[in-house]
Amino acid sequence: MADTALTAPLRSPLSHVADRLATATHASGGAIRLAELPFLAQLNVRLDVKGAAAEAVGLALDLQLPLQPNSVVRAGELTVLWLGPDEWLLVGPQGSERDLESRIREAAGDEHVSVTDVSAQRTTLLVTGPRAQDLLAHGCPLDLHPRAFGSGRCAQTTLGRTQVVLVARDEPRAGFWVLVRSTFAGYLADWLLDAATEYL
Amino acid sequence: MLLIPCPWCGPRDEAEFHYGGQAHVPYPEDPASLSDQEWARYLFFRDNPKGPFAERWSHAAGCRRWFNAVRDTSTNEILTVYRSGEERPATPEPRPVFSARPAFEDEAPSGPTGVQGAEPPGGVEGAEPLQDGTGRGGGGETNPFRHASRGRIDRDTPLTFTFDGTEYQGYRGDTLASALLANGVIQAGTSIKLGRPRGIFSAGVEEPNAVIQIEEPFPEPMLPATTVELYDGLVATSLPGQGRLATDPDPARYDAVHAHCDLLIVGAGPAGLAAAAAAARSGARVILADDQPEPGGSLLGTAEHLDWVREVTELLDAAPEVRVLPRTTVFGYYDDNHLLAVERRTNHLGAGAPENVSRERVWRIRARRVVLATGAHERSLAFANNDRPGVMLASSARTHVNRHGVLPGRHAVVFTTNDSAYAAALDLASAGLAVAAIVDTRPEPGEWAERARAAGIEVLAGHAVTGTEGEARLTAVTVAPYGESAGRREFAADLLLVSGGWNPVAHLFSQSGGKLRHDETLGSFVPDTCRQAVEVAGSASGVLDPAAVLAQGAAAGARAIEAEGYPPEAPRLPEVPAQPRPTPPMHVYVVPGAADGPCFVDLQRDVTVDDLARATGAGLRSVEHTKRYTTAGTANDQGKTSGILASGVVAELLGVDISALGTTTFRPPYTPVSFAALAGRDRGVLSDPVRTTAIHEWHVAHGALFENVGQWKRPWYYPRGGEDMEAAVLRECAATRESVGFMDASTLGKIDVQGPDAGVFLDRLYTNMMSTLKVGMIRYGVMCRPDGMVFDDGTVIRVAPERFLVTTTTGNAAAVLDWMEEWHQTEWPELKVHCTSVTEQWATVALVGPKSREVLASLAPRLAVANDDFPFMAWRETTVAGIEARVCRISFSGELAFEINVSPWQGLALWEAVYEAGAPYGITPYGTETMHVLRAEKGYPIIGQDTDGTVTPQDLGMSWVVSKKKPDFVGKRSYARADTSRPDRKHLVGLLPEDPGTFLPEGTHLIADGVVPTPPVPMLGHVTSSYRSAALGRTFALALIKGGRDRIGERLYAPVGDQLVPVTVAGPVLYDPEGARRDG
Repeated sequence: MADTALTAPLRSPLSHVADRLATATHASGGAIRLAELPFLAQLNVRLDVKGAAAEAVGLALDLQLPLQPNSVVRAGELTVLWLGPDEWLLVGPQGSERDLESRIREAAGDEHVSVTDVSAQRTTLLVTGPRAQDLLAHGCPLDLHPRAFGSGRCAQTTLGRTQVVLVARDEPRAGFWVLVRSTFAGYLADWLLDAATEYL
Repeated sequence: MLLIPCPWCGPRDEAEFHYGGQAHVPYPEDPASLSDQEWARYLFFRDNPKGPFAERWSHAAGCRRWFNAVRDTSTNEILTVYRSGEERPATPEPRPVFSARPAFEDEAPSGPTGVQGAEPPGGVEGAEPLQDGTGRGGGGETNPFRHASRGRIDRDTPLTFTFDGTEYQGYRGDTLASALLANGVIQAGTSIKLGRPRGIFSAGVEEPNAVIQIEEPFPEPMLPATTVELYDGLVATSLPGQGRLATDPDPARYDAVHAHCDLLIVGAGPAGLAAAAAAARSGARVILADDQPEPGGSLLGTAEHLDWVREVTELLDAAPEVRVLPRTTVFGYYDDNHLLAVERRTNHLGAGAPENVSRERVWRIRARRVVLATGAHERSLAFANNDRPGVMLASSARTHVNRHGVLPGRHAVVFTTNDSAYAAALDLASAGLAVAAIVDTRPEPGEWAERARAAGIEVLAGHAVTGTEGEARLTAVTVAPYGESAGRREFAADLLLVSGGWNPVAHLFSQSGGKLRHDETLGSFVPDTCRQAVEVAGSASGVLDPAAVLAQGAAAGARAIEAEGYPPEAPRLPEVPAQPRPTPPMHVYVVPGAADGPCFVDLQRDVTVDDLARATGAGLRSVEHTKRYTTAGTANDQGKTSGILASGVVAELLGVDISALGTTTFRPPYTPVSFAALAGRDRGVLSDPVRTTAIHEWHVAHGALFENVGQWKRPWYYPRGGEDMEAAVLRECAATRESVGFMDASTLGKIDVQGPDAGVFLDRLYTNMMSTLKVGMIRYGVMCRPDGMVFDDGTVIRVAPERFLVTTTTGNAAAVLDWMEEWHQTEWPELKVHCTSVTEQWATVALVGPKSREVLASLAPRLAVANDDFPFMAWRETTVAGIEARVCRISFSGELAFEINVSPWQGLALWEAVYEAGAPYGITPYGTETMHVLRAEKGYPIIGQDTDGTVTPQDLGMSWVVSKKKPDFVGKRSYARADTSRPDRKHLVGLLPEDPGTFLPEGTHLIADGVVPTPPVPMLGHVTSSYRSAALGRTFALALIKGGRDRIGERLYAPVGDQLVPVTVAGPVLYDPEGARRDG
């Protein structure tokens, strides 16, 4: 019995709406692209930037933790989001969470660093296309104009009636990542699909 | 919506923040040393000053940091923010007060310099008179009042519509009102109280009379006919002053969007267009919102400078950062330049509206700067029978001619107190309207009167209209020298055009917090000063001279974008022909003379001068009070044409100056907004997020009914083959106690607590000791507020020496995390600890019942499941069904039980494996109701159901969970207060109805006597939980009862309907009190 379950595929929070996201993407004729990026490794990292850990962790990950509020640093396959003055979200490829966690813990040594695997806590929605900004403006109070929220920006805010982490993708006008708590993801997908009605 | 500057994230909407009360009220260093009074002062007393106030806020939906803000409680302005732990800075000065029309006197071109005989206003040239005066217009058979050439209607697109059962024809570009006028229909309803016939009075949103009901394509009540764009197939009816709501659901979409800009311009008339033109090419982000289908504003009504309007419109359309929003009414102006607007997107398309486009859209606009170019409304005058159909505002009649090519009548008398009606009269005369006379209250009306006389119109200076005749339509007007009853003349007329002066549309400015002042020349109230970044331009600021309006608009637009760092340009403004020299208006409200009929002030509410006189006679001295006494100004139109008139009438009645009386308060919305538009898409399934677990599909597929717990959908029970809830729950309970059941417990809140001080941190927050918990073990804990009342409970797992996993109740997960962050950040920042929500990182399956060990053993071959190897309140890491899992031996039912935690990506696979492995034992899925019964049989309280914020752990009979060893923890000091040791506090106890089949509804009160005494009846407490128990074979309840533990064995009575149900008080643990079942 155990062996059969081992081979069971992972199920992401939005696997049941993947078809509807794809249909909407197709129907929009390129105006909107909606898709889930499931199973990304996500680690919540907490440390005191004034201590030695920040530099050590940066070295271990080969990147600089962003210190500017609501900014993003990308290096290779890793993306680090500023969540707070002592809090970051490290996003990496599927399955890398354990390796990343041990690298951070080893680098920090005796420094007080908290690392928490939150890979399943949120899932990631890709929202791109020329109307992506208009689509999110249906429910996001932040100014998402490229002048205000361009490449390198992220923010924790609200979208519809749920909290999200928004990330501007790295090229200008390349759309957004919307990180949403997994149990709110179904609601948010319904909300986005409904908001997109006008563009389909 | 305030914009609160988070010290980390910058300005964000107020909705992202939680308020935390007064700042700098530190937790006492040694609560035990405080007297009860001192402790109560800390717990319950806070300052409440008017003015600057230091308070705590949390950026809850953002970076989750607590910070301090100094807010002026009288203006709501946030004066400064600073990080938690920082000293309060010196209180900065509030924002300065700005003039709403700065430097205007310097910048405006000099006043009008007209000479006699100058050119008449534009739009007159080329106008053709009506072919005859008998009722047949030049517009064709079906539109007898249609002008042959004027108007902006599309004569190639005729539209058919029905009004009060009669079919008519109009054109695209008509409003319903103009199309009715074109067909000779002016009466559009009857008045609400007196049932008097009422006619189309205006040409815009200010309309008080012609408020109609649309019947098809979708019913909508109370719309001014002057604002309804005509479409093919429109069916409308007149109303007796009151509409009917549709009874069918509205099939249309409504939505909302957020928008941000450097400059929002409200109104696309001459001032607004000039402001937009100054900003268009600067690169600044500009929104221009206007309530009409096309830009131009008053210029559309006067048909002047339309080439310039077109030129600016093209300029704006070509500017990438400029957004022009037609058919959009800005209806509310809130804090920090947050404005709400409603855009009517498809209403004008009738049945042809596309289904996937929202019918109306609410715009939530955050603007760095605002220019209000909202224009002015013409004011009426109070004279006898001033309400007959055919009485119309003078400028509105002109608008109907020039915008819609409609003459509202044939033979007009004009009644004015100011110059503006002359231009209207001359224009209307040139369009073919016979103007019998201009009646001007001013004894010396000046150059405009000369021009009218030169055009062959009789001007009666120093005269007034004293009465009207007619029924369904005006037939005659009586005129007399001003203030006299002798020397009357009567004119046959079907139209009486009235102008009592102009009221700047100051609604939005006033909503913004702006102050108005009385303008002596204008005789009305104009914008003065404001704290927000707003300017008012054009006639909204009280400036009526056309050249000045344009210059002021351009200057305001330029100033706004320059302040935002963009280079303005001086736009081309149209040449304004020289105007006759102006003559000051005369301020008239009630027209003197013997009134032989009602003098209406508020047409929509049927309020007359006599009504207001009764109000002042009753002693009312404020317009706010006369408004409430008479209802003047409270109708749909909110007194747009009558408000200042009412103030003027009341001032005369009281013998005071109107400037001392002021206006009533302007409140949003500026015009009515439908609830459907405000609700937008937040209805039905999108009205609130629905949270589901990774196993949700299985529950649905297996017929579960769901219970809402917070935003979660949790399986409530799983009925089989026609079972009702009672039968299903009894079956689920029995199966679980006798063999094995399982439930989805994924919704419990989970918080990862890491750091060297994690144990100390939890010791301070929980009533019991957590730092002594061994790695690999679990402890139940209770959290209380400083007042000692239970806030949450749950289990704490020690994962590693410096790492704990805390669980919370399902509905309280976010609140507990906020609570932990608040104490850590604001009181104990020195503790090295971090808290992270991991609620969704785990899916949890509770496996419960005497056979649970067998089921688990079959799925977890590597796990030693025997009681000695895996004792109660221990946890193990292993694989269950091949899935990495953390298994906890905890129980919320008194039975042997395990909670299996896995990744939610594999939660469904685990659930299905458990279901399969349990099949030999008849494993039964159960929901929240069975969980509640099982726990209640054991006397386990549910925080929030059996407690209500007034209950201590001791009240729950849980003194054992309150540490006596710890020097302090949140809540400890309160247990030494006299109030928490009263013997008559309510205790949680069990209740057994004497009849084992009688069910006590939750909330039932309990009394001591077997007969209901005369009120007031002393209540002893109430039922908090009530169930039927399969294990006990009877009903039972939990209740909070005064001195309950001292009443065990007593008989009490529960009034249920007309019955007094006798019940016996019992201990809370009714099933397996010795705990024999826990280890299987």
